[in-house]
This record gives sequence, C-alpha cells and structure tokens, in this order.
Amino acid sequence: MSAGNTAWVLVSSALVLFMTPGLAFYYAGMVRAKNVLSMLMQNYFVMGIVSIVWALVGFSLAFGKDAGFGLIGNFGFAGLLHLGLKGHIPGYSGSSALSIPPLAFMIFQMMFAIITAGLITGATADRLKFSSFAIFITLWSLLVYSPVAHWVFSPNGWLFKLGALDFAGGTVVHINSGMAGLAVAIVIGKRKGWPKEPMPPHSLPLTLLGAGMLWFGWFGFNAGSALGANELAAQAFVNTQLATAGGLLAWLLVEKFKDGHPTTLGAASGAVAGLVAITPACGYVNPLSSIVIGILAGAVCSVAVRIKFRFGFDDALDVVGVHVVGGIIGALSLGFLATTSINSAGSNGLFFGGGISLLGVQTLAVVSVMVFSFVASFILAKVIDKTFGLRVSRVDEEEGLDMTQHSEAAYSLSGTGRFGQ
Amino acid sequence: MKLITAVIKPFKLEDVKEGLKAIGIHGMTVTEAQGFGRQRGHTEVYRGAEYNVDLLPKIRLEMVVTDEEAPAVVDSIVRSATTSKIGDGKVWVSSVEHVVRIRTGEVGPEAI
Repeated sequence: MSAGNTAWVLVSSALVLFMTPGLAFYYAGMVRAKNVLSMLMQNYFVMGIVSIVWALVGFSLAFGKDAGFGLIGNFGFAGLLHLGLKGHIPGYSGSSALSIPPLAFMIFQMMFAIITAGLITGATADRLKFSSFAIFITLWSLLVYSPVAHWVFSPNGWLFKLGALDFAGGTVVHINSGMAGLAVAIVIGKRKGWPKEPMPPHSLPLTLLGAGMLWFGWFGFNAGSALGANELAAQAFVNTQLATAGGLLAWLLVEKFKDGHPTTLGAASGAVAGLVAITPACGYVNPLSSIVIGILAGAVCSVAVRIKFRFGFDDALDVVGVHVVGGIIGALSLGFLATTSINSAGSNGLFFGGGISLLGVQTLAVVSVMVFSFVASFILAKVIDKTFGLRVSRVDEEEGLDMTQHSEAAYSLSGTGRFGQ
Repeated sequence: MKLITAVIKPFKLEDVKEGLKAIGIHGMTVTEAQGFGRQRGHTEVYRGAEYNVDLLPKIRLEMVVTDEEAPAVVDSIVRSATTSKIGDGKVWVSSVEHVVRIRTGEVGPEAI
C-alpha cells in the first residue's frame, strides 16, 4: 500500500467528480433558456443515482470475479461488503497489483460511471421526460456501462485479455456514451422545429466555464488512471494538456477557414475533442504523438458535428460528433502511435515497430463497444418509451423542461427588469 | 402635443440623450426592443450550423413634447443616431390628445 498513490487516486476521484458539474454547465449553456435546469438536473441526478447503484451492484458487475467469457463480473462485491480495505480485485496481481486500497479504486471508478452516464444527456437535450430518464439511466448504468467497463478495464475482460488498450476510457466512456446518446436520440426523435428553427446556445459563457471545469477535472480522469503518483501519471498529465491545446487550436483553424470566424463555442468544443481523443491514449504515447492526436481530433470533430444535418438525427449537443468520433480517433491512434517506451504494460503501434496487430485489436474494441452500446441502449430506450414514454408532450416541450419537469425557472429576472420591485 | 417614438441602435442611446439634453429635452422613456427593417437581421454560426437571426436588439425611445419642439427633437435624434449604415432605425411623430402629470394633476402642455 502506498500513501502517495492512495492520495493521488483519492484526489483524482474528486477531480473526476468535478467534471460532471462541468459537463452539466458545458451542456446547459448550449441549450435554450427554458431547458437549462433540466440539463443541470439530469447530470446532478446522475451523480446521485449512479453513486448508489455503483456501490450496490455496478462496481461488482464491472470489476467483480468474472462470471464467464470476460463479459461481466459477478455479484461478489455487491454492496461493497467484501471489498473493504484489504479485499482483492480480480486480475490486479503480480506486476499490475494495486498499491492503493480497493475502496480508493472503487470510488475512482465510480466517478467514471457517473460522467459516462452524464455524457448521454447532451444528445437527448430539450425533450426527455425526467421520470423516464431516471429509469433509463439507472438501468443503463447497470446493463450497459458495467459490462463495457468489465470488457475493457477489468484485467479479466475479454477485450482487455485480447490486448486492447484504453488508458482512461476512450471506448468505455466516450464511444459508449456517444452511441447510447445516438440510440436514445433516434428513439425519441428530433426536437420540435429542428433543424429549421434556430436553437442557438443561450449562454456561451456558461459553456466555456463548464469546458474549463472539464479540462481541469480531466487531469484526474487521465493522470489518475495511472492509479499511482508516478512517472506514468506525469506522462498522462502532460499528454492531456498537449492534446487539448492541439484540439482547441485545430478546431478554431477549421472554423476560421470554413466559416470566417473563430468562435468561443469552437474553442470549448475543440478542447473537449482533444481531451476525448487523448483519453484512451494518454498513458501509451509520447508528447509529440499527443499533439498530433489532439490536432487530428479538433479538426475532424469540427467537421463531424456537421454530419447530423445530412443524416437527420438530432444529436442536440453533438455527443456523437465529439465523443464517438473523438473516442474513435483516440482508440485507433493507439494502433499507430502506442509505444512501450512510454508504458511497458502497453504494446507498440504500427509506427513504433509493433506491426498491424494492435490496430486490429483496437478496431475490434471500437466496433464491439459501438455495436453493443447502440443496440443495448436502443432496446432499453425503446422498452421505456413503450411503457412510460421517454419524451415529454409537445406542449411541455414548447413550454420548456425547466417549468414542466421541475417547476422552476433558471432565470428569474422579473425583479430586475420590466416589472420593478 | 406630439409623441415622438424612435427606434435606434442600442449603442447610439448615449449620443441621442446628450443631443436631446442640449436642446432642452429632459424626459424620455427607454425600452429595450427587438426588431428588423431593411437590415433583415444577421447570421450566427454555431458549430458550423448557420442561423439567421432576424430580430435584432434595438432601443425604443418615447417622449411627449410640445408641437413647437417636435421638429427640433426629430432633427436631433436623426443627427445623433445615424451611422449611415443599414439598421439605424426610424423616428415617427404622432399627435397626442391629452396628458396628465400624476403628481400635480396638471394637464396639457403644462404636464410635459
């Protein structure tokens, strides 16, 4: 047990939790003024429900003893009863033995489960019925997140065993949440008026504030995934900063040439695209590769967010364009740029003398997670839609979710404006 | 008595107020407004999606003046509010039948 490592992982856990309010504000700024609280609420609700569900069952399903074929864990850690301070998490032994309390590992992973569920809310903005969302996200966390986390993160997961690399969650977090968002967005349909009516962000300052919180918290997400206060953590930290910077600049450059103006929304989006793409790679690539990955993500995602108009799916806040596409870029880039000189537990990519095999495994991981997440999320959303109804009524949608779902308004300006008093 | 209504660009409000003060006009009502005329709004781009925003922020000024003051007031507003670019706004004059100052009960031009 290492005091330094434990301290770093606990601090990282708090940093990762901080990303979810950050994400909430990042999204809330982008929606219209009548749906701001619904966006914040969905994410805060996730912080509540996923924490409990994770402790009760979710962690066990993801990191418990393999129940068969590397597909899902068993119920051995349900309620965290047999985890304690000395419990052994299956697969972490020998050279990969944990030097932190199992509870520290559990709480760190809990924050990942929370933000992954939160990410979905961007795709479905402005039209989800809150009560049905609550049911959906609870079940989703258990039925989709935990299995995928088991496949990729648990040393007993089938993709992990095949050698798929995902340092901090390119597939588990970003591709997974993005495909779920796409599935639910398709089930519930387009927002009324989209894409004809303008639905511009109501407060870009909130979005930039949220993006800043995400960026800050992401150091815990990525560098914390080293599970120790060590060289690898420093490497992941540096790589995270460089890729984010690259993503930000690349997105602005594309905007400048394509649309004429570099925008603040572009800066925030580019930073997030860079963060997403470096997430799976930050512990396996060198700093120069990180810059390349960031730039690639910023440039490609800035174009990818435009495809929804061509295909007609209303992914309201571009969870697909940024998180699926960014996640794919990051996961596949490992096939080219991973190097064991950075992390001996990884492998070498194509450009570092490793041949084609890693790229093959990475592709398999990407495709498997994409397909499973989309199909499972689609079925789950469809079932809830048929039973409880997943979307609000047309009238409620027009009036806004803040008032109809929560009976509150984000901005009460009547006291400062026209009506005095 | 005349009601003068002007719709102007928001950043011209200070100039218009100064101009009116200089010719002895001391009262007005200002409201934030939205609108468009020949300017037809502008284009905003978010993540590459173009939105045409036709209602632009404007300031609406209203003041009641005597018949004699009216031409000078209109002149002053036009002079202060112009940028010579599209979207400068409009001024119009309408007749007012009756005015009462609430505090004193004065009526007509006395109340202005």
